[in-house]
Amino acid sequence: MLVSELIPLIDAKNLTPDLSTDREVTCGYVCDLLSWVMSHGDSGMAWVTVQTHMNVIAVAVLSEMACVILPEGIDMEAESLQKAVSEGMVVLQSPLTAFDICGRMAAKGVPAQN
Amino acid sequence: MEPMYTGSYQVAKDDYTSAGHASADIKRQLKQIGVSGDVLRRVAVASYEVELNLVIHSLGGELTLNVYPDCVQLVSSDVGPGIPDLNMAMKEGYSTASEMARSMGFGAGMGLPNMKRNADDFNIESTVGVGTTITMGFHLR
Repeated sequence: MLVSELIPLIDAKNLTPDLSTDREVTCGYVCDLLSWVMSHGDSGMAWVTVQTHMNVIAVAVLSEMACVILPEGIDMEAESLQKAVSEGMVVLQSPLTAFDICGRMAAKGVPAQN
Repeated sequence: MEPMYTGSYQVAKDDYTSAGHASADIKRQLKQIGVSGDVLRRVAVASYEVELNLVIHSLGGELTLNVYPDCVQLVSSDVGPGIPDLNMAMKEGYSTASEMARSMGFGAGMGLPNMKRNADDFNIESTVGVGTTITMGFHLR
């Protein structure tokens, strides 16, 4: 599934509209402990988190993820979004809960791990 | 043997805003040199973990990247406070991170074990009151 197909699936808004959404989502993950995500993150991952500070972007970029998803309409700080754009990391905001986001992704066949 | 490339980064205590800059630059430099795939990803993860450890736990330190023809080496060297119990520190889930670090989602106690898992060679030496030096090697072939 492409990020561009994930956006309507989870009713998301792209907070980084200048970035390409033509990238493959190969797996999904939900976790708010960054150091945990560092050891379990994977390339192509769509990562759901309520954390919004700049280190979220650093972790996502270093793990070569497909995108970061903020659940429940959570906003991201402007400086984090700036970093996301400069590092090329797509950030999506969904009104759904993390549970619902993962449920919809799983129903469409996105696995938990590559 | 002299490294083909060397880069050094100063990392300050509690500087969460700049945390990740050194690792991002290390990844960029390695990409330019032609390191890619699994090794690049493992170096990136380990360098971020060790950089964050310097921010969260140390009194400040330096992260050095050395690139040799057959291996990438990362050396983290700090000026204290040192780790009293290395065996505990290497255990997954054990953390002495501050409330501040935990509120940002750090301090899961995964840092050192994750570095060890991602590096091909891992060595840590620590003396309380002096500092900690971590040396990691990643084989290129």
